[in-house]
Amino acid sequence: MTFSSYLFYFLSILAIYSAVMMLISKKPIHSVLYLTLTFFSIAGHYILLNAQFLAIVHIIVYAGAIMVLFLFTVMLLNLNTEEHSPKPVFVKLIAILTGGLLMIVFIGIFRGYDLAVFQDPALSQIGLVKNLGKVLYKEYLLPFELSSILFLTAMVGAVLLGKNEQI
Amino acid sequence: MQRISNKSIIVSDKTMSFREKIYLPAIISGMIITFSHLFRKKTTIRYPEVKREFSAIYRGRQVLKRDDEGRERCTACGLCAVACPAEAITMMAAERKTGEENSYREEKYAAVYEINMLRCIFCGFCEEACPKEAIFLTEKLVFSDYERGNFIYGKQDLLEPVDPQNRIDVSKRETPEMLAFKQEINLRHNKK
Amino acid sequence: MTIYIIYKTILASVILIISLLVAMYSTLIERKMAGFFQDRLGPDRAGPWGLFQPLADGIKLFFKEEFMPNTADKFLYILGPSLTMLVALLTSAAIPWGPSFLINGKEYPFQVADINIGILYVFAIVSIGVYGIMIGGWASNNKYSLLGAIRASSQMISYELAMSLAIISIVMMTGSLSLNDIVAQQKGFHWNIWYQPLAFLIFLICAFAETNRSPFDLPECETELVGGYHTEYSSMKLGFYLFAEYINMFISGAVMATLFFGGYNFPFIDQLGLSPNILAIAGFFILMTKITFFGFVFMWVRWTLPRFRYDQLMRLGWKTLIPLAILNMVVTGVVILLNK
Repeated sequence: MTFSSYLFYFLSILAIYSAVMMLISKKPIHSVLYLTLTFFSIAGHYILLNAQFLAIVHIIVYAGAIMVLFLFTVMLLNLNTEEHSPKPVFVKLIAILTGGLLMIVFIGIFRGYDLAVFQDPALSQIGLVKNLGKVLYKEYLLPFELSSILFLTAMVGAVLLGKNEQI
Repeated sequence: MQRISNKSIIVSDKTMSFREKIYLPAIISGMIITFSHLFRKKTTIRYPEVKREFSAIYRGRQVLKRDDEGRERCTACGLCAVACPAEAITMMAAERKTGEENSYREEKYAAVYEINMLRCIFCGFCEEACPKEAIFLTEKLVFSDYERGNFIYGKQDLLEPVDPQNRIDVSKRETPEMLAFKQEINLRHNKK
Repeated sequence: MTIYIIYKTILASVILIISLLVAMYSTLIERKMAGFFQDRLGPDRAGPWGLFQPLADGIKLFFKEEFMPNTADKFLYILGPSLTMLVALLTSAAIPWGPSFLINGKEYPFQVADINIGILYVFAIVSIGVYGIMIGGWASNNKYSLLGAIRASSQMISYELAMSLAIISIVMMTGSLSLNDIVAQQKGFHWNIWYQPLAFLIFLICAFAETNRSPFDLPECETELVGGYHTEYSSMKLGFYLFAEYINMFISGAVMATLFFGGYNFPFIDQLGLSPNILAIAGFFILMTKITFFGFVFMWVRWTLPRFRYDQLMRLGWKTLIPLAILNMVVTGVVILLNK
């Protein structure tokens, strides 16, 4: 086993552990922080795959912006007062059903996906910023621009909703 | 609006010009002002090495003076205690015995002379009241202490030493004006 | 290869020690400067000119009573200052401190890690810097701490945006995200400040906000929030928070010097005909001089300007700096296109 495979197992265990802890921890703040830890270990995976740009952007966007906003909201809401209102059986059943459906979808995806095409990540240069930029702005220009328009729409919509005025 | 005096300034709520709105010129001029302060003369006095000069009329803790031959000037007349607005001074008089002429100038002297420094307001009335030039306020300070009892200064704290080197100089406070004031006929103890 | 790893390890530790030392003495210089600006002398009792004052302060902080609120979240309470300190020290890895050394014909770069996306690395570190303050402020279980933490996070998120938008114009001019390339391109006197003064101004203002320095020190504003996010902290945990601020100051000075003032470059760098090793040392000292200058500017501004009000802070960030940065970006793009 090489050093990077040790690192891979360490990061994987960390990611799964913190994801599970995010689900089962009592305090919402702890959940948010465990989720942040998950994001960091996933960023570590990106670096192992020689995709530094993706790793850094992952940290900036998810850990640096989105999770900070989550933390911000959770802090302001003061959810620490524990209220255990028992959920009705009907809701629980639906939750199990949807969860099971998602699992079936995942199993289907992984069965159809050929895992054998793994190649040495050090050789693949696609994750480096120069190559990524060329791919994004040449081959996938239309989807890229379309998604940016989508974000703009979402932003304008959020501002409109926040304005609290009759249109 | 009718202005009562010329001292008031009318505050205008005018809209700011572009130059004022970007704030940068104001910030830069402010920073130049603070920068010029770097080279100003510093006002700090490095205390234990350099001591600040007291003004001539500074009123610190009292001293009981001796005369030139080393005899106590105080005659325990009690005028200082009467003059004291804070009622800080108490004394007990005693009669001079034969053989004590070198210690006390007058026939009567203060056997006990106490000033409560927690009550004293350092007004200097005791000094003004004294007909014998016996009590003066000096530049010395009253030190802090943990016990209230230690603030009652007795004769051992207040009397100046006998030997000429360690005499306490009060010439700053023995001005001609002060001496003239002491001869004032209206002062009760000077009345003939 | 092993020599290379040993060299990098030594370099990393040296830079770590230097940034800690610089931060230590910035506390003294800050107090001295505060004194001078107010016609005082500043601390001058511990050692000659007060040179041992940082040591005395450090010892004092170590021996202070360790206090933890009863209701605090124990783990997060300790994690907060540690994270702040860790994040403050991380950035120095990506900064090129001087030209490469040349030993036995082999090149040893004067930089711990030449990441090809150095600027993004710096921004990633800056963006996770807010966690330490937020966690610490929340874990203290104190209203003032929480308010300070919330102020800190919203302020830092807002100013991060303008900061990165200002940097985009630099990246557009250089065509690279690597800090090494950006410095190499400013050879001699072709510093970016001559081409991008507006970007520099925006970056400078944002750097003040990101390091929580006056006039943007609202997170710890004593007059309103007692002590802000570190109200409940004492002993060395408080020391970590205070210390991290000075390390951040040092690092942001280094980033500003690297991005806008040519890093280790100085005029007539080639005409002097120095050997590469001497040049590396000289470049390092030139960079340190620039950083010292920025440190002075940080202190100068702190003792000149009053604190912003919170709505003024937000208005400045969102309604002034971000549009200005976008404008600067567009103009830069147009000029680059026209010059092609």
